[in-house]
Amino acid sequence: MNKRKFAPFKFLLIPVILYAIWVIAPIFYTIFLSFTQWDGLTAPTFIGLGNYVDLLNDPTFYTALFNNIKWLFIYVLVPLPLGLVFALFFNRKLPGVKIFKTAIYLPLTLSFVVLSQIWTWIYQPKYGAINVTLKALGLGELTVAWLSNSDIVTYSLIVVGCWPQTAYTMVLFLAGLQNVPTEVMEAAKVDGANKWQRFWKVILPLLKPATIIAVAVTIIQSLRMFAIVNVMTRGGPFRSSEVLANYMYVEGFKNYSMGYASTLAVVLFLIILLFVFIYLYQIFKTEVEY
Amino acid sequence: MSKKRILWVGSFYLIAIVISLIWLFPLFIAGTTAFKSMSEVVQDVYWWNLPDNFTFKYFLEAWNQGGMSRYFLNSFIITVPSVIGALFFSALGGFALAKYRFKYNKLILGIFIAGNMIPFQMMMFPVFRISNLIGLYDTYLAVILFHISFQMGFCIFFLRNFIRTIPTDLLDAARVDGSSEFRIFLQIVLPLTKPALAALGILEFTWIWNDYLWGLVLLASDNLRPVTVGLVSLQGEYLSKWNIISAGSLIAAAVPLIVFLLFQRYFIQGLMMGASK
Repeated sequence: MNKRKFAPFKFLLIPVILYAIWVIAPIFYTIFLSFTQWDGLTAPTFIGLGNYVDLLNDPTFYTALFNNIKWLFIYVLVPLPLGLVFALFFNRKLPGVKIFKTAIYLPLTLSFVVLSQIWTWIYQPKYGAINVTLKALGLGELTVAWLSNSDIVTYSLIVVGCWPQTAYTMVLFLAGLQNVPTEVMEAAKVDGANKWQRFWKVILPLLKPATIIAVAVTIIQSLRMFAIVNVMTRGGPFRSSEVLANYMYVEGFKNYSMGYASTLAVVLFLIILLFVFIYLYQIFKTEVEY
Repeated sequence: MSKKRILWVGSFYLIAIVISLIWLFPLFIAGTTAFKSMSEVVQDVYWWNLPDNFTFKYFLEAWNQGGMSRYFLNSFIITVPSVIGALFFSALGGFALAKYRFKYNKLILGIFIAGNMIPFQMMMFPVFRISNLIGLYDTYLAVILFHISFQMGFCIFFLRNFIRTIPTDLLDAARVDGSSEFRIFLQIVLPLTKPALAALGILEFTWIWNDYLWGLVLLASDNLRPVTVGLVSLQGEYLSKWNIISAGSLIAAAVPLIVFLLFQRYFIQGLMMGASK
């Protein structure tokens, strides 16, 4: 009996140690570092709230934060509803539907680096597909330097991210739709509910848990975006497409101010934490319902 | 079928085809560019024109001179042990959290799930520093250890939910027969968890293969870099040679793409099970 009592602790020993060292402790260490000045080589010096004061006077921080907000809003407004529309559209039993679904899922399997390289080429001002197409359609005046115009570069980057994100939310909504029993739909039909009524009154309420998770995951993704910005523009031109995740990478590994970079990480973390709680709350709530 | 129904089904297919084509157009462009010479790319700018002659010259250049072969191998060296390690330890931890009652069960589970949602950036400098201190910086092992640890957050959550569905009677029967708890795990739980491990393995393989940040942060030597970081070096080396860069991108994408096409069901099941439960 004793053996059985200690078994879970033995099983959890290695996972917990690994997780504590490589994931949990670093989170706290980063919080500590945010109160220090540190070049990454010598010992960190404690400077209290100095980094946080600097942050408030740092225009690049505001640019990055504002760009993150743009990422967030567009991620919620485009891939999320589009994923729902795709899920509803492709959720039917017709021959060949699987092939279409495969096509939509495909960008999900590509690394952000691969997506970034392909889209950098598509955005290329002179020979890239978008401007070439615009010119061929006689819309030459709409051609833009998609990645070097500081007013639109962030939007160009967000489009790249929306591509796999839509596929991801579609998967989440399809999972949710599996929980909509056919009997419920049939019953609603028998009761004379039309398509819109069935969507608003039956499907959408049943999709609520899936929607909350999709919203939380989408927001978290939008806030921690790093690779697309790092590969496609490195935050440029003139920092105009900077986001917090890339800015802190640059501050830490290029400018060797890891203390300040940690402060940026903490700010990003606090924003994300809020959404993590929403996500966890939803998971544990469905847990109780089972 | 009624006339209305035929019309409806027909328009469904029409819309579905149009959406799919628009959806995949970036891949189409990468695919055709990789077969064109640069003079062809620049002179005949219309991307919808197919290449004059299909040659694998640019794939070979990216593979050999561009160093993609080395990066490709590195990705395997990093990804395979990471996936196996993450799955094994997570199955162990997931079993403990699914089938035993003890005081901090829910708390530990909550920490694993929450850790998984924390942005990577919160771990970047400390993990860089720890790796440096214990002499692992710039080795495969530094990246592998981090991947195993971090991915456990998602994997433990996922496997715990699956293992909970295994009837406890099965385990009790083995206990009556005198099996040790670890043998129960190896001989009963692990075989029954196979479908979940397959789904999770496919998903984790794709994620770890596609990782960019940790290869960038924990590796300095060019000859250790995974294919994602390598692709960025390739771009720096072959600036504006879009045919080579497209070929390199397709090489980097090939493995996850093939894995996905072969095991799509597991991949999607994994995503669904992970998210909705």
